[in-house]
Amino acid sequence: MKMTVFRLALGLSAIAVLAACGGGGGSDSAPTTAAPEAAAPAPAPAAGTGSIAGLVTFTGEDPDAAINMDADPVCSGMHADGASGETVVADGGNLANVFVYVKEGVTGSYTAPAEAVLLDQKGCTYAPHVSGIQTGQKLVIRNSDPTLHNVHALPVNNPEFNQGQPFQNMELEKSFANPEVMVRFKCDVHPWMSSYMGVLDHPFFAVSGSDGSFTIEGLPAGDYVVEAWHETLGAKTQNVSVGDGALAISFDYSA
Amino acid sequence: MVGSTSRGLHRFAVGLSLCVVGLIAAGGLVKSLEAGLSVPDWPTSYGGLNPPRWWEIENVRAEHGHRLIAGTVATLTVLLAVWAGRREPRQWVRRIAYAAVAAVLLQALLGGLTVLFFLPTAISVSHAALAQLYLCLVVTFAAVTSRQWLMKAAKPPLDGDLRPAATATTALIYLQVLIGALVRHTGSGLAIPDFPRMFGGWWPDRLDPSIGIHLAHRLGAVAVTVAVVFLGVRVLRSRSGLGGIAVAMLVLLAVQVTLGAFIIWTGRAVLPNTWHVPVGASLLGTSWLLTLGVWRGSTLAAPTEAARSERAAAAA
Repeated sequence: MKMTVFRLALGLSAIAVLAACGGGGGSDSAPTTAAPEAAAPAPAPAAGTGSIAGLVTFTGEDPDAAINMDADPVCSGMHADGASGETVVADGGNLANVFVYVKEGVTGSYTAPAEAVLLDQKGCTYAPHVSGIQTGQKLVIRNSDPTLHNVHALPVNNPEFNQGQPFQNMELEKSFANPEVMVRFKCDVHPWMSSYMGVLDHPFFAVSGSDGSFTIEGLPAGDYVVEAWHETLGAKTQNVSVGDGALAISFDYSA
Repeated sequence: MVGSTSRGLHRFAVGLSLCVVGLIAAGGLVKSLEAGLSVPDWPTSYGGLNPPRWWEIENVRAEHGHRLIAGTVATLTVLLAVWAGRREPRQWVRRIAYAAVAAVLLQALLGGLTVLFFLPTAISVSHAALAQLYLCLVVTFAAVTSRQWLMKAAKPPLDGDLRPAATATTALIYLQVLIGALVRHTGSGLAIPDFPRMFGGWWPDRLDPSIGIHLAHRLGAVAVTVAVVFLGVRVLRSRSGLGGIAVAMLVLLAVQVTLGAFIIWTGRAVLPNTWHVPVGASLLGTSWLLTLGVWRGSTLAAPTEAARSERAAAAA
């Protein structure tokens, strides 16, 4: 009887150690060599010839403080001169990382581009910080860093996922089935890392560059609601009428 | 034979109790750093036994370290049960050890599930709640294998029966720990941002679920303070031989309230936010120990024949 209890206890002990410490096994995504080089979403062919070319401006102080990456020596080593936050990137009064998209008025269905969108983890930051993707379009998430990351997506209308990428150049592929503005990505290993991705069922979106400019092309003529989204400064909408040419609009933010 | 074996087993159980408090502290650190999902898989860690450079990366060190400590403590608990199964003559004491094994295995499972399901509040709070019960089981085992338990009869309290007060205080502390877990896992720690006032007054002028949970924890702290001080003073006055535990309980209460205040004042700094968890567990543990002490003499504490013989020998 005592021997049976002893054996049972040994078995339980083995289970406990395995359960608590992990029992080995393969990683959740193997490194691959084929990878896209660019992250820019390629709009699907659209019937329209109209476009919206705009500018996002910013008035106020840049609130981003320096990021302390001491939690991972590899990260801090890659930013010997210090790293700054990417929340508000304003150059000469122009605001980058604003997701601008057609919120209302788009009709018809648009096939997702064959090109993948790349979300890279580089220098212990996400590149790009803000991006867009179409429903069904392939998303490649790469770890370019010589340290481990976990990729934790927090969508509301799509399944949440959290996967580890312990080795450099590992990649994993994902896609989103449902539109959602915005899906946040974060790394729980490096709390300062976050990225935002707009998921739409059409290709009419853009992200403002470092000069604050953006361009949405291929729009059919018509009336639309255009929204600009910024992670901390909020969303602004405009009603626009697009013809065959380029329409110039602007969104003005202030701190 | 029983006496000498019990001493070793008792010391092992005391050591394990301290290890469990350490494990709870490690869990508190994981939550304070919000590192629970920094190792996204379970039971593996980044697909293997140990993630690369896990010791160098703060959040991975916290989460994976918590897993390693848990594995060690679980193994020690199994060893305790094996030891008890082979040497402890009292069946109900052996069952406490087996219950501790079941608790720690269930605890590991809850820990894994909360990672795999992205930290749902219900599972995370259950994980925290079971941790306290597991600690109480190990503390119970340590108490009932102690020489004092086996050899001495409790002196009757001088100012009446302390059993209801001790039991109620322990239950109150456990309830407070559960509310505390709810505060942590719903992110309500700063829902009321000032202390001791609340939004500048002595009662919040607004209410939402987070503020309600936070407020319940503050009211619970007041209730626990009153109960612990009341019980502690009565135990000290009773000269029942439990004064040391009562003093420890009162000291832990003071430390715990101070840590709670510093959590607010520092905006949930990692240090006070982490230590608030194991100190709360220790407060529960000492209160439970005190409760066991004052209940000694009931059927639970009936000495074995061997213990009676040893007590007679010691008296001689």
